[in-house]
Amino acid sequence: MKTFDYVRPATISEAIAAAAVPGSAYLAAGTNLLDLMKGGITRPDRLVDVTRLPGLDRIERLPDGGVRIGALVRNADLANDANFARSYPAVAEALLSGASAQLRNAATVGGNLLQRTRCGYFYDPASACNKRAPGSGCDARDGENRLHAVLGWSESCIATHPSDFCVPLVALDAVVEIEGRSGRREIALEDLHRLPGSTPELETRLAPGDLIAAVRLPAEAAFAGHARYLKLRERTSYAFAVVSAAAALDIEGGRIRQARMALGGVAPKPWRARAAEEVLADSAPDETAFRRAAEAALADARPSGDNAFKIELAKRIVARTLTLAAAGTPERLPALPASPFSSIPVTSIPGAHHDA
Amino acid sequence: MTLEITPIHASPHIRHGSNAGQPLTRRDGILKVTGAARYAADNNPAGMLYAVLAVSSIARGRVTYLDLDAAKAHPGVVEVMTRANRPPLALDPDAKTTPFSFRFEALQNDLVRYANQPIAVVIGSTLEAATEGAALLAPRYEAEPARTGLDSTESFVPAAVRLISPPEERVGDVEKGLAAAITQVDATYETPAQYHNAMEPHAIVATWEGDALSIDMPTQGLALSQARIAEIFGLAIENVHIRSPFLGGGFGSKGVMSGPMVLGILAARLVGKPVKLVLRRDQMYGPVGHRPPTRQRLRLGMDGEGRLTALHHHAKTVTSTFDDFVEPAAEASHVLYASPAIATTHEASRIDIGTPLFMRAPGEASGSAALEGAIDEAAWACRMDPLEFRLRNYAEVEPISGKPFSSKALRECYAEGARHFGWSARPLEPRQMRDDAGFLVGWGVGTATFPALVFQAKARAVLKRDGTGLVETSAADMGQGAWTALAQLAADSLGLDIDEVEFRAGSSDLPDAGIAGGSAHTATAGTAIHAAGGDVISRLAELATRDERSPLFGAGNAGVLARGGRLFRRDDESRSESYADILARAGLADIEGRGEGARDPNAAEAYAMHSHGAVFAEVKVDPDLGQVRVTRLVGAFAAGRVINPRLVRSQYYGGMIWGVSFALHERAIVDHRSGRVLNADLAEYHIPVNADVPSVEALLIEEDDPYVNPLGIKGVGEIGITGTVGAVANAVWHATGVRVRSIPIRIEDLAMGAEFAG
Amino acid sequence: MNFSISLIVNGERRNVELDDPRVTLLDLLRERLHLTGTKKGCDRGQCGACTVLVNGRRINSCLALALSHDGAEILTIEGLAKGGELHPVQAAFIEHDGFQCGFCTPGQIMSAIGLIQEGQAGDDSERVREGMSGNLCRCSAYRGITEAVLDAQTRLAKAHRRDAA
Repeated sequence: MKTFDYVRPATISEAIAAAAVPGSAYLAAGTNLLDLMKGGITRPDRLVDVTRLPGLDRIERLPDGGVRIGALVRNADLANDANFARSYPAVAEALLSGASAQLRNAATVGGNLLQRTRCGYFYDPASACNKRAPGSGCDARDGENRLHAVLGWSESCIATHPSDFCVPLVALDAVVEIEGRSGRREIALEDLHRLPGSTPELETRLAPGDLIAAVRLPAEAAFAGHARYLKLRERTSYAFAVVSAAAALDIEGGRIRQARMALGGVAPKPWRARAAEEVLADSAPDETAFRRAAEAALADARPSGDNAFKIELAKRIVARTLTLAAAGTPERLPALPASPFSSIPVTSIPGAHHDA
Repeated sequence: MTLEITPIHASPHIRHGSNAGQPLTRRDGILKVTGAARYAADNNPAGMLYAVLAVSSIARGRVTYLDLDAAKAHPGVVEVMTRANRPPLALDPDAKTTPFSFRFEALQNDLVRYANQPIAVVIGSTLEAATEGAALLAPRYEAEPARTGLDSTESFVPAAVRLISPPEERVGDVEKGLAAAITQVDATYETPAQYHNAMEPHAIVATWEGDALSIDMPTQGLALSQARIAEIFGLAIENVHIRSPFLGGGFGSKGVMSGPMVLGILAARLVGKPVKLVLRRDQMYGPVGHRPPTRQRLRLGMDGEGRLTALHHHAKTVTSTFDDFVEPAAEASHVLYASPAIATTHEASRIDIGTPLFMRAPGEASGSAALEGAIDEAAWACRMDPLEFRLRNYAEVEPISGKPFSSKALRECYAEGARHFGWSARPLEPRQMRDDAGFLVGWGVGTATFPALVFQAKARAVLKRDGTGLVETSAADMGQGAWTALAQLAADSLGLDIDEVEFRAGSSDLPDAGIAGGSAHTATAGTAIHAAGGDVISRLAELATRDERSPLFGAGNAGVLARGGRLFRRDDESRSESYADILARAGLADIEGRGEGARDPNAAEAYAMHSHGAVFAEVKVDPDLGQVRVTRLVGAFAAGRVINPRLVRSQYYGGMIWGVSFALHERAIVDHRSGRVLNADLAEYHIPVNADVPSVEALLIEEDDPYVNPLGIKGVGEIGITGTVGAVANAVWHATGVRVRSIPIRIEDLAMGAEFAG
Repeated sequence: MNFSISLIVNGERRNVELDDPRVTLLDLLRERLHLTGTKKGCDRGQCGACTVLVNGRRINSCLALALSHDGAEILTIEGLAKGGELHPVQAAFIEHDGFQCGFCTPGQIMSAIGLIQEGQAGDDSERVREGMSGNLCRCSAYRGITEAVLDAQTRLAKAHRRDAA
């Protein structure tokens, strides 16, 4: 690890000024940043430790029924906040399916939004990677790319965004509050992350010095009763998603009034599936609608390598997540959050009977 | 070294009786749960410096430039060791003095022969400085294209597999047997490269005092490592002292001296101070061995009753360009199933990787993964229950040699395991079972086997005047429980309670306990201990029975028994005398005995010696999404005499979970252009987590083996993997109807394969 | 540049002068304070061997910058046994053979204590397994680990009730 200046500002404006200097990086828990620094993937000259900044560690109910989550709230604290989990069960489930309990105890909300891809070539400084070293090429494109993106990728970069948390957040219209050199502004989470295009090194719309202060979720009471996150993994826990999906349904009188849907592990950013939401709006919550929604969600998908299976798998996880959401949010988060092996009554899985 | 049992009251050291056969808790338990157990990297001698390896990012070529100035300019960097200034060795690292002395890299030239090969060592006053110094070397290379995978170079028939075994063995005529078969199976299985990944990275703390070398280093074989270091550095053996009281796992990767450990010693020599060198996790994917990938073709013929008429097991694998370890995967077919014709053949090719090495159940793990799958396919081809098929082809004698087994309670393993698991309710056809939640459920079985080996060992036992004992041998505890099981045997050998015997192990200045490997350590070191204790007791008996003042006088013919610190006349137990009294009367401070353990060559010639087991697995598979979970594992194992059932069960659990890992998780992903492992970590190189193993059980099946060694002990450390891989994969087939022959089974194999389920 | 931080480690205040900002909490404990019970298995937050409690919460000390934890209260494996008496979780790990080689064990035990304090798993073995999944064990002593956590939790709850009564 390269040596660095360590500064610990007392105020947000001091932090912004310190971090606006080229070569600076914000340090919160460091669960991603220190990992990247140890791997030689990023080599900042200066760390601006924001963990002591006041006022960023609160979960606040807003007058309109929404919630404002300070950027320094720890993942575990948010997921285990009973009020929050009741209002935003898919978000809590996604949080608890990510990483490990130790990492969730440390990792912050703001940091989670900014975590970097797990692409093996990005993580290997000897490989060509346009994201890590602009213009060097993309060794993933013709390499081991079984788990790479099927949506939103470009010839420059086929890496996926690894966050679980961001998937339900983007589905539920989360807004990111940013403090910057020119004051406070807001941006929809959906717009925070950029698609790679020809500049995969530019991952977000944050400018130098910009500090994520909070994430806001609008009131979503209508969705809380039918919201799930589901994540396919190569082991039962402590693994990144092969594909994942968040679904939230507003169901009334046997019809879906409106739907929220997003996918994880398939694209360079948390992927809002608006086409699927349109299909679902004003339809019956049944298998036919879910399958149509799945087709719509993946309509633009194309393999970036040896990963065509992810398109089909993503469709299936969309359909399954919708099925689970329609069956109703469980009273308590399952023992294995977001796992297909969380026990689900057979009656809620119409798809499972097709050859029984 | 002595295990210092911290006097903590309410000690949870549970006893249920005395010594061998009892499920004692680990005698090193308190040290391990309090953080007091000192592993190699926990040593911080005064004045110690930190050494960090710089490793190659290319797999073949030459190092042309290292930015020494940049590294040395970094604050805290003390020295950079390269080919130019590395102290001399007495032995060429590329010399081959025995088949078991592996070639290694110690900066002997500028060549790179695999990715992650050490190419320089940076020594610093802090770990942080040395680490960054290594990064600043920013090597440049003259690279040649990497040769990777099973097919990039021409293959050859190796001179030997497992270093010393013949690459081809045959009995009967396989082609004739296949031609005569009513049913045939011809299946090709692939297994990936796997890395040992012990939780403890390889580490060394080396201190030179003149020509004497003092080392803390995890090693599975203290005397072997000591002799090897002496040879490499040209030192007298007694000038090399290694301490290895605890290994944080070994699994075969800490059995031979590796290049990085030699470099740690060299670095200490260069700077004249103690040096600590610990591998980073990613640096363990190269210079410290791995299990090589295989492609195995199984051809089986069956008659009308499901009896094998022929079995051909061909294994292709890879080895390095510079050494000769060839995984003996096909040997698994030597032992398990009776067939009038068996052929096992191997081929290998050389690619740009570090030399593969013994990795927990080398040969048997990969080989039984393929064989047990193919046997399952054969059973299905005959429309027979896979357990019944295995029983139909039960080997009454060792198939490849025709020798009788020294003992074999596999039938009992099958029966007990099946009963416990509830196997009889299994439908023959696949894709028949669902659970309440709609998941596909499948049951599979696999047969487990591992050779019962005995190597060579020595031990020393002492009986002291106060009636307590001391037993010494340089055993290595890498988790299997040597501190406990061998102490139990030590106590029994002296007829004492375990708390009355000091047991010393884990240090090279003790009698050579041989290697903790081949699942043979308890049998080998235990036999030596048994003999050493027996030697003491016979000397003691001599004193007593010849002394007319002893109640045992004249019992020489009748013989004596040693028990509870006393000798008893065998034919009249009312006549006895305490050890302390015998010694006191003889005016002796103590009595010393020596013992050796080795295989009885006559028994080994006459009998085939193996542990056996049967593993039953239940899996659940998401019918649409393809994710798998092993919901139940039951293994029944017969491995001779069990010294400590608590520890033996743990060994079986561990082995079985390695089998789950093999079947569903582990796989090194190699970039076929660069030859680098892309998941050289523990995040993407998946091994099971706690949630992957909701239920695992091990049944201990009684087995009395009078031939294998005087104690009747077979090995338990490796057998658990074998059979389990097949059991899990076969259960996946039974759940889904999809036969996945490329291991590990992946989500897409099942999610996509389900479309074509038959 | 020198940094001075103050930590409470196992109940004892430690003022630490750091000549290097890069030192992680794990390397501080192991290499500078010589509290080597906490282990380094991967150094990248992927194995859990370095788990310690920071201000009562289990975290991976390998991904924690020491400087950033100025003022924190750290509990490591060395700080558990009190007055020569093992912590119930330590005792349960021995009784249930929740380890073999012992290298991941300090992390497992600290993680188990964190899990019990978090109070999310209760006596549901599936939740315990999930909650302990951030601690890899290559020896695969998972069955004993799970049993030990459940057993220790029961004993702690009993002791707690006793204390409350």
